[in-house]
Amino acid sequence: MTMLSISNLHVSVGETEILKGLSLDVPAGEVHAVMGPNGAGKSTLSYALAGKGGYEVTQGTASLNGEDLLALDASGRAAKGVFLSFQYPLEIPGVPALTFLRTAINAQRKARGEAEMGAPEFLKTARAAATSLKMDFDMLKRGLNVGFSGGEKKRMEILQMAMLAPRFVILDETDSGLDIDALRIVSEGVNALRAPDRSMLVITHYQRLLDYIKPDRVHVLSAGRIVASGGPELALELERDGYDKFQRAA
Amino acid sequence: MAAVRETVRAVEALEGEKYAHGFITTIEQEFAPKGLDADIVRFISAKKGEPQWMLDWRLEAYERWLQLEEPNWAKLGYPKIDYQDLFYYAAPKEKIELDSLDQVDPEILATYKKLGIPLREQEVLAGVKGAPRVAVDAVFDSVSVATTFRAELAKDGVIFMPISEALKEHPELVRQYLGSVVPVSDNYFACLNSAVFSDGSFVYIPPGVRCPMELSTYFRINAQNTGQFERTLIIADKGSYVSYLEGCTAPMRDENQLHAAVVELVLLDDAEIKYSTVQNWYPGDSEGKGGIYNFVTKRADCRGDRSKVSWTQVETGSAITWKYPSCVLKGNDSSGEFYSIAVTNGRQQADTGTKMIHLGERTKSRIISKGISAGRSSNTYRGLVTAHAKAKGARNFTQCDSLLIGKDCAAHTVPYIEAKTPSANFEHEATTTRLSDDQLFYCQSRGLGVEESVALLVNGFVRDVLQKLPMEFAVEAQKLVAVSLEGSVG
Repeated sequence: MTMLSISNLHVSVGETEILKGLSLDVPAGEVHAVMGPNGAGKSTLSYALAGKGGYEVTQGTASLNGEDLLALDASGRAAKGVFLSFQYPLEIPGVPALTFLRTAINAQRKARGEAEMGAPEFLKTARAAATSLKMDFDMLKRGLNVGFSGGEKKRMEILQMAMLAPRFVILDETDSGLDIDALRIVSEGVNALRAPDRSMLVITHYQRLLDYIKPDRVHVLSAGRIVASGGPELALELERDGYDKFQRAA
Repeated sequence: MAAVRETVRAVEALEGEKYAHGFITTIEQEFAPKGLDADIVRFISAKKGEPQWMLDWRLEAYERWLQLEEPNWAKLGYPKIDYQDLFYYAAPKEKIELDSLDQVDPEILATYKKLGIPLREQEVLAGVKGAPRVAVDAVFDSVSVATTFRAELAKDGVIFMPISEALKEHPELVRQYLGSVVPVSDNYFACLNSAVFSDGSFVYIPPGVRCPMELSTYFRINAQNTGQFERTLIIADKGSYVSYLEGCTAPMRDENQLHAAVVELVLLDDAEIKYSTVQNWYPGDSEGKGGIYNFVTKRADCRGDRSKVSWTQVETGSAITWKYPSCVLKGNDSSGEFYSIAVTNGRQQADTGTKMIHLGERTKSRIISKGISAGRSSNTYRGLVTAHAKAKGARNFTQCDSLLIGKDCAAHTVPYIEAKTPSANFEHEATTTRLSDDQLFYCQSRGLGVEESVALLVNGFVRDVLQKLPMEFAVEAQKLVAVSLEGSVG
């Protein structure tokens, strides 16, 4: 069954149209990679799906499990199960990660009409998530991402993802700024969350990440459209030949 | 974490009733006629049955006030105040006995309820069994109507009563210390206060006594056109300690209301005072109409060696705020702290900060100021740190952070630093940041609504200062900050 369905999506930032009729389906339980050169519209796609202000959808549709995503604001989409792992996670001074996460979890639960998560359960879950991502639990008591290294910030993103238990995950350039060890730990964290009722969109420049997070399908994004789709071998082909022929094709 | 949820709930609960404290109670007032002259000063003094020396003191203040000019150096704009168009005395008509709370006018109790007089204080007022030990000296329109726990405090020799009563029961203490920190003619507003102050709190902590509970006062402004001129005097004798909480609300008004309070703190050797304020007076409507004008003089005199004073303030209300709680560090090794959160929204204007005057050797001071401006407001931090020639080894650390929300607000930082001894060590850090759309989006992408996101980000910004407040105050303050900024984004 299709979880995410995007059809003929046009997105403008200011006067400039970045996505020009993008269509993409991700079935439940699958991991799809979106690769493309700089400026192809990869980050625009992730922001548009997550509902960032200033990314104006001028045409087309996007739905999650048949529900219209575009009608919801960012927090509404989060409550429906959309999670964006940021390429550049923001720093939130003075707000410990634990406070941030508990507020977020309970905001989502409230939006879904569910009971709040109690403190004992929350702390237990947080400790388990930190342990599996090899993070010092004390880091969760500090201002969110403040003074964290690039790798620590990415781990924190995955920790948030583990705790928020989303249905649909967008990983935006998660490999950027990671050394090999961190890449492995983060990838393991992502793989641990693969599930039949969860889909993922892995947005990346490089094939490297896909050695760790094996995609079911690979799509090439160029000039605002998906110009090619295939199996994992397509990523290897891109790594070898570059994006040139797809850019020409676009 | 719980506090954040509280904030969120508070924001939700107050949807559509921006200022829950906007109401007027109808209790018969006994007014002095409008306007100010020597006879009004005599009227006030006579009403209170004051001794001759007090009347003379007031009259001298009045004469000095006539010679002074209203200051205009602050970054504040407001129409000229007509001092002859105000009432200078109003009090509940019935004198209420203090020993029985049943006798308190039900309207007054209802007023406290509407104010949400926070938390357990109402229980304390109502005499509920098992209520926490917070002593409340409630000021309702200029005259204190109830004082609790006075007997218990008296066991330790602590005096906590309306200053009007202290004038009768402890005239020697009042006479010795009143005006010794803020002299009669210190400034225009303090001078006016000296002439016409109506009432306020008096606290004396004897040597070596650690005050067994936090002392708390609620100020309200209620009578139409009545300026409030509270006078607070706290004396911490050698080696004593007291924590004093002050919180305020006021009803909605069309005309601007003038408030010019004076707070004097005296610290002898090894004494310590923590003074915390949460101020949420009516800030005016979205165009700034009808808010309180708040011109306050607060000063602590650390005249004893090793004495220590700490001011913590959360300022969210008033149309105009002019307030610089200061520390005069006279005693050797004395120290002063100033922790401030000032929030302005709508058309509010705040010009607030502190003065740290280092006179003694090895004196220390610390300033943490967090200013938040939203809407079309203006928020100025104005601070003075000075070391005199004898203040060898004086140290100061100042951190001034400003947060801007939206495009039409303003933040200003005006630090004055003077060191007349080469051994002084002063540090000043300042930042100005804008609440970023990216941070907001980051929060929203995790499921937080806009108001919730703003509350979370702002609470993070002010966290250092909130932590300095007594627990129950911190929760209230956090709510206030969130409520004050409601609707400032999106």
